[in-house]
Formats: sequence, C-alpha cells, structure tokens
Amino acid sequence: MNNFQYSRASDVADAIRLLAADPGAKLIAGGTNLIDLMKENVERPSRLIDISRLPLRDIEETADGGLRVGALVPNSDLAYHPLIEQRYPLLASAILAGASAQLRNMASVGGNLMQRTRCAYFYDTATPCNKRSPGTGCSAIDGLNRNHAILGTSTSCIATNPSDMSVALAALGALVHIAGPSGQRTIALTDFHRLPEDKPHLDTNLGSGEIITAIELPPHGFARNYSYLKIRDRLSYAFALVSVAAALELEGNAIVEARLALGGVAHKPWRSLEAEAALRGQAATPDHFGRAADLLLQGATARSHNGFKIELARRAVVRALMQAASATPQSQAHKKIA
Amino acid sequence: MNAYVGTSTSRVDGRAKVTGAAKYAGEFAADGLLHGFVVEATIARGRIARLDTSEALRVKGVVDVLTHAHRPPLADKDEAWKDEVAPEKGSPFRPLYDERIKFNGQPIALVVAEDWETAKFAATRVHVEYEQEGFATDLESERDKAEKVDQPHKPRGDAAGALTRAPVRHEADYVLPTEHHNPMELFATTAVWDGSGGLTVYDKTQGVQNVQKFLCSVFGKKPDEIRVISPYVGGAFGSGLRPQHQVVLATLAALALKRSVRVVLTRQQMYSLGYRPMTIERVALGAKPDGTLDAIAHEAIAVTSRYEDFSRNDTGWAEQLYKSPNSNFSHKLVDLDVSTPCDMRAPGAATGVCALECAMDELAVALKLDPVDLRLRCYSDRDQSEDLPYTSKQLRECYARGAEAFGWSRRNPAPRSMRDGKELVGWGMATGVWEALQMPVAVRIVLTANGHAEISCAASDIGTGTYTIVAQVAADALGLPIDNISVRLADSTLPQAPVEGGSWMAASSAHAVLRAAEEIREELARLAKAMPASPLADLDAANITLTDGMIASSDGRGAAVSIADVMRHSKLERIEREKLNQFAEDKSHARNTHSAVFAEVKIDEELGIIRVTRIVNAVAAGRILNTKTGRSQIMGGVVWGIGMALHEETVMDHRFGRIMNANIAEYHIPVNADVHDIDLIFVDEPDDRINRLGIKGLGEIGIVGVPAAIANAVYHATGKRIRRFPITLDKLLE
Repeated sequence: MNNFQYSRASDVADAIRLLAADPGAKLIAGGTNLIDLMKENVERPSRLIDISRLPLRDIEETADGGLRVGALVPNSDLAYHPLIEQRYPLLASAILAGASAQLRNMASVGGNLMQRTRCAYFYDTATPCNKRSPGTGCSAIDGLNRNHAILGTSTSCIATNPSDMSVALAALGALVHIAGPSGQRTIALTDFHRLPEDKPHLDTNLGSGEIITAIELPPHGFARNYSYLKIRDRLSYAFALVSVAAALELEGNAIVEARLALGGVAHKPWRSLEAEAALRGQAATPDHFGRAADLLLQGATARSHNGFKIELARRAVVRALMQAASATPQSQAHKKIA
Repeated sequence: MNAYVGTSTSRVDGRAKVTGAAKYAGEFAADGLLHGFVVEATIARGRIARLDTSEALRVKGVVDVLTHAHRPPLADKDEAWKDEVAPEKGSPFRPLYDERIKFNGQPIALVVAEDWETAKFAATRVHVEYEQEGFATDLESERDKAEKVDQPHKPRGDAAGALTRAPVRHEADYVLPTEHHNPMELFATTAVWDGSGGLTVYDKTQGVQNVQKFLCSVFGKKPDEIRVISPYVGGAFGSGLRPQHQVVLATLAALALKRSVRVVLTRQQMYSLGYRPMTIERVALGAKPDGTLDAIAHEAIAVTSRYEDFSRNDTGWAEQLYKSPNSNFSHKLVDLDVSTPCDMRAPGAATGVCALECAMDELAVALKLDPVDLRLRCYSDRDQSEDLPYTSKQLRECYARGAEAFGWSRRNPAPRSMRDGKELVGWGMATGVWEALQMPVAVRIVLTANGHAEISCAASDIGTGTYTIVAQVAADALGLPIDNISVRLADSTLPQAPVEGGSWMAASSAHAVLRAAEEIREELARLAKAMPASPLADLDAANITLTDGMIASSDGRGAAVSIADVMRHSKLERIEREKLNQFAEDKSHARNTHSAVFAEVKIDEELGIIRVTRIVNAVAAGRILNTKTGRSQIMGGVVWGIGMALHEETVMDHRFGRIMNANIAEYHIPVNADVHDIDLIFVDEPDDRINRLGIKGLGEIGIVGVPAAIANAVYHATGKRIRRFPITLDKLLE
C-alpha cells in the first residue's frame, strides 16, 4: 500500500473541492473494495477523501411516490429498510445475494456502484491489464476468462461489473444523482456504468470531481412479481457467473410490463429494452421467456472458457421470470435454488 | 480405568482459543521487534539480473533489505537443507540463496522495517530486472515428459495381459487439480534475539524439532542456540510439515540485524508454499462377469518441481481394498517450473482413492452391479501387496452401517431415475482407506505431591486435539481428574517428537504417556508398600493401581493410600519420568483405517447447480480416544471432501506461470450454504494387536472417499461422468 494523504470532507461541496484540488484523490466511504485494491497496489490514490460522515444517509419518499436513497446508506440498512422490503423487494434480494453480512454492513450504496471488476488480471500487477494500466493489453481475452463477459466486450477488455445491487437497480430503472464542480445532474443507472470500448480504465461516466449523492427509485417497484437469481460456483459468498433481475407486472397471466437485467455477463448491468418489449402483452410462459432471453443475449460472444455462460444465462433468465411470474422469488437465505 | 479415554471430553485448550489467550507464532511480542515483508519473483524461471534496493532503503523506518547478495552466510550443501520431511531426491529450495528464479512467487528479498506497513510499502520500492528463460508449468502439455519414480507397490501377475483378456473392463483418466491448504492462520515466525547469538523462534509449524534441527544446520548454529516454539497452530493440514520460507527469512534477518524479527506471509504469498500437486490418474480395471476383479492397473502422473521429486502413494490403495490376481502400479512425475508440492490431508489417498473409487463405480455400472455389492465381491481380507492380514479391518461393517444409515437399499440404480422437483437426485458411495502409523515419541511426566501432573512433549497440536487426548490418556493412566493434568507441547526443548502428520500422533503420543505413567505407577507402588503400616504392604506391585488420586489395590478391596501421603512420607516433592513409546515389532500384519462414504446430491437439472444434501461417513479406525474431537476431525475431512469434489482448484495462467486465484475469495472452498447433513458413524473396531490402546488415528481418513462418493452421486443423478475435478456446473451444462 502506498502512503497517502487523508482529508475528511465537511460537506458535499468540500468533497468536490478536495477532489478538484488533487487529481490523484479518491473518495472513501465503506472502503470494502478500495482498501483491498490499495493493498494490492492496484489503486494508488495520493489522497483519500473521507465522505463517510457526510449527511447522505437518508431514505426518503419523493414527490412522485418513489424513494431517494442517500449515497452513504449502508447496503445492509437499505436491504432491511421497511420501505425497500415492501416496495422494492427485488433490490433487497439483490443486495442480500452479494458479499457477506460484514461487508454489507460497511459498504455504501454509492461505493457499491463504484466497485471495480474482480478480473484476476486486474488484481495482479505482475500481468498486463488495460483496465489497470492502459495500453498494456488484456490478459483475459486469450487467458483465463471463465468468469468474463459475453456481452458488450471490446478488443481491449472483457471484464465484468461484479455488483448485484446494480443489476436490480438497472431493472428497476433507478436514477443516479450526481454533484460536481458544475452543479448537480441526474442520469439513468443504465447510463452510469459504461462499456469498455477502447477506454476500459473508465468504469463509469462519472466526471472528474463528481460525487454520487443519491440513487432514486421510481414509483413502480414490481413488489409482487420479481426475482433475483444469482448463479455461482458455490451457494454463497462468490461472484456471479450469471445473475438475473426479473420483474413483471401481470394481469392474470398476461404481461403488462417486464424488466430484465443480467449481472456477471458484461462491463455493466445488461438490460435490453427490446427483450422487455417483446414480453409485453404476451402470456407468462417459458416459451415467451426463452424468446426474451434470446433477445437479451443477442450478440453474446464466447471466449475460450466462458461459452457456457450464454446457455446458462438463457436458462437463468427463464427460471427467474418463472419465479417472478409465480410470485415465488428466489430466497437468498435458503440453501437451495428454487 | 477409563474415566476419559473414549469419552467426548471437551478440548482442554478450548477456552484459551476462544478467549484469545492462546498465542500463535505471529503474536509473540519482543522488545524492539522488527517486521519483515517478503518480495516475490514475478517470473517463473530465469535469473535476477539486477536487484535495486536503494529506493526501499531510503524509506523512513526501513532497517535493511536482505537479498541473495546481501545476507549472512547460509549452508551451501543440500544435506544441510534437508529437513526430516524433505523428499529423498532433490536439492531443497533455499530462500535468498542466489540469483536463480525457480518458480513464480519465489521470495527474492526481505524488507525489514520498524513496522509491518512500512516494510510492505518499501517492498514495492524494490526494483528487479530479470533475465527470463523459457519455462513450463502445465502438466497436461508436458505429460509426455513424465518419468517413473520408485514406489513400494510392486506389480503382481500380468495386469496388461489380464486387462486385454478381461470380459468387462473400464479404463479412464481422472484429473485432480492443484489445491492449496489455506489454513486460517497465516504462516508466521517471530524470531526473538537473546542478545548473545541465540534465538527463540516462534513458528507456525507441525514440527518444532524438525524446524530447530533445520535452522541449526542451515545457519551453522549449535543445538542450544536455537529454540523453536509453536504452542498453537491455526490449521496446517500438511503445509506446516516442512520449514517454510518465513522461518528461514525471519531467522536470517534476526541474525543479520541482531534484533528480533517477525515475518508474516500474506494469504497471497502462502500460494508460493507447497500444495497438493495436480495429478492425472489413469485407472484400468478388468473384471469377470461375476464381479470379481482380474486386473487393476493404476498410473498417476503428478507435478513436481525441477529441484525436488515429491511423490506420495496415489496408486497402491487398491492393494488394501480389492482382491485381484494381477495388478500394476506406477507413479510418474513431470518436472515443472513451480515450487515443490507438499503433503496435504491424506496425501496420495485423497487423489488416488478418488480415481480408484470413481473407476469402481464405472465398473459397477458396466457390470450392472450395485456399487456396494461390487466392493463386497472384491473385498480383500489381506493386504495383497505384502500378503498380510490386517490388525483389524471392519470395512464390511462400515459398508453395512453406512448403507443402513443412508437408506442405500432404496436406491434405484438407473441414472436420472430419482428426482425431487426441479432437482435430479443422485446417490453415490465410495470406500476410504488410510494408514495407521505410529512413530517414536517421548513424553515426560512430572507428578507433584499435590496430585497434579504436567505432561510435556515436543509434538505439535495443529488443531487436531493433541493437548486433549494427551490429557485424557494421562488422567486415566495416573488416576487423576483431568483438571489436575496440564500439558505442554511444541517446544523443541521438550522430549522428542516427529512432525505432527500422517495421522500418527494420537497413537504415538498416547503410548508414550502410557509408558511414562506406568513407571510413575511402579514408583508410587514401591513407595506406598514401603510406608510404615502400609495397607498395600503385602500386595504385589503389579496389583497396585492408581485411581481417584489414590494408590490402591487393583482388586478393589479398598486398601488405598493417597498420592499426597505417599509422597510426603517419602519426602518427595515430585516424581519425574521420561519415556519413549515402544511398539512391538510386528511385520506380520497390515495396519489401516477404513471408511465407507455415502453421498446424496441434488442437482438443478436446468442450471447444473449441485448441492451435497447428505453425507454418511462410516469410519473404522480402531479405538476413538475422544468422540468429540474425533467427530470434528472427520467432519472437517468430509467438508474438505465436498470442496475437492465441487469447488477447490488452484488456477494457473501458464503463459505467466502464475497462480491467478491466490486468495480465498476466488479459491473456492465450501461455505456454510454448501454444507448440509453430515452423519458420522464410528464403527466399533477393537484392535488389541496394533497397540495397547487400539488406536489408529483419524487425521486423514475423513476426507478419503468423499470426493469420489460425490462424483459417483453426480453420475447417478445426471448420467454424466465428470472425470475432471472440481465438478463445476459448466461441466454439467456441456
């Protein structure tokens, strides 16, 4: 770990000022990912700006009936908040599918959005990695890529975003509130993370000096028909090979509205409006779910070790939609995939 | 008298462990303690062309940076580097010895600083340039270069011919990956400088005397100049059998700087230590239609380093289990640019028996026989290699009890025939076997007049419960309450013990306790008889026993005197006896533990997710000294077996020769969610031939057979035979 300066931001404006003053500075809240990366010398911030005491811990209802969640709300608090449990159980479920209780207690909502890929080459400073050291090459493309992306990859990076929470937020159509040197702005969560293209060192569209202040959940929470299904190499405490956030609004067996997002398959939560549109007006049947999965997975590309993910994702989408349709969401506490 | 032996006595060190009072190697304090951080090579093979430590040395708080070019002298003969567990053939690795790089992750410098964070930071300021050389780390691509090594199991008959003629045969490769031990405690050494050239070395090790002799020979020290202590070990599983890098480096730095030094490896750095070598197991079985075997051929091809030949018995286990007139066993090694493998729980058997037992399952399918039935038809009451009977072998009872507890008779033999909702249900079984070894161990007992006894021995307790069983055996042998027994272990100045491994320490230490206690009993009997008006005066010493703190007539007629009275009369404060265990020389019998493992898996048919919902492990391992710690031992083995079957794999990128999942987030072991019902049965196995107490040891047997039982259950559930471990869901989706 490198030496670094430490500053505590007194308010959001102060955090923005401190960021602007030091291009090598990083914000720290829970630190559950950043500290690990610093220990591995992957992140070498010149300064840590501690924002953990800023007043961004509220969960409040918005005028239109949605919820605004402060960027520093711990993941655990969010998952177990009564309004989240009642109105956005898909989000609660996705959060509880990730990490461990200890990590969720520390990790903040904003930090969760900012967590970096778990690509082994990214973590190992002795190997080339375009994300860590731009221009050095991607070791995963022709290397060990069993856990890597099948969608939205580029010739310079095939890393995945590891977040579970973001997958649910993408499906729910959440917004990200950002403050920065030029004021405040709001972007869709699906536009927050970016594809690697030729700049894989950039995970998000957050500008320099910008800070996440909140996420906003739209009024529709799909609380009746949803499921978050995470498929991994052991039943708990592992990153997703494939995960699915599925949400339906049904009238009888007819689909009025559908939301579908994949995790573990791309550089960002993977959502396809085309796939969701194809479900609208259809009956909630495995066949229709399969066709939506095919649309969602259009363009999926297999590398040497991750080809299985395409079929696995297809099957997981169908299963998650079936769980959602039957209002029997996947439990994150049972030692079984339902 | 057996007040404690055979009971579920709680760990005598349990309270110290859960309260944190138990100190581990990296927790001992010393005045002016320095901290070392290891710099590792990032290439697999070559030499260090330039090693620039100047920037690191300029970091405030850095005291020195030791390298091959800047260090105190180290022994230059291979013999000096051979510890008691070193492979016979080879040249042991020497940390910071010269500029050669033999494996990726090799320690090449030790940064020593006033605190650990400074040392770690400065380690990133050590600049290295290499001259790289071509290297190979992939067993499968180098398989053709395998060379045969000597193994004890000699061929019998003509296996090749018998296989050709066999009406039913099965032959396949089973591939077991590299695995790492990942004990919870990090490898650590605190070397405490005594001010005049001597060191007290607190080390994470399975053998303090092994480390002590090794350090003396490597550093040219006299035996009384280095003392090694390791009172508690947070798991080791074989990784602590040989002295590891950190103990050499900490000692080197302490001697160089004449100060106390601690070196703690990181989790990632522990992947540069030993490991279970990747092994390709080729098993061929030839059978008659009646389900008896005519031929067994088992060949193992395993990884070793270029500088040492490490091999264990993977292939010979069929000789213990199945009758066959023809057999052939061969163990081959491929030299690669990696560190030397080492023992890992049930070395050889965990992998070799896995392959054998998967092959037996495949043969049962080919013969249309029940897997248990096939094993009973092939059952051998003799060790065929030496043509010897066993001291005891209750394996038939293991099959029967295990099958009964599991409900095996309700199994539909057809694959994919059993189902539970979306899940396919599979039932599989396998046999386990391990050795029952015993080694020379000495124990000292000091009995004091207040009726307390201290038992001391250099043996380590690596978490297995040695403290507890030593206390139990001593309490019974001395007729004292267990609270009056204190046990000191794992100090190189204590009576001799080999490394703690191979499942031999329970039997070995218990019988040393027994002998020393016997001498104390004889002495007390002599003193008691000599007391004025002794109620025991007329008794033969052999008819005097120790019980409830008394020296008493063993006929139970009430004649007794207290230990305290006898010692007071004899004006003795203490009676001290040190004895080496002795086992009757007996080459007329084979000595083994056995088990029958039954596994249920439930597999999501669409998604390939495997759950091991039930394991029954029926173990025959002689007398169980402590049913509580014994159950923990077997339970740990079973959980590890689940990991071997489904999760564990050290993944290397052979373009770099680097391990790419060197952490316990990405190196998967089972978590609670992966573990369901585990039912353990200790089958009664009286054995008055193996040793006086009938002890065989439990350290390894718990894991053996478990991976195969699960793999066989996966086949039964799905109809798919996965021969490349671990069985991950992608292999089922293929």
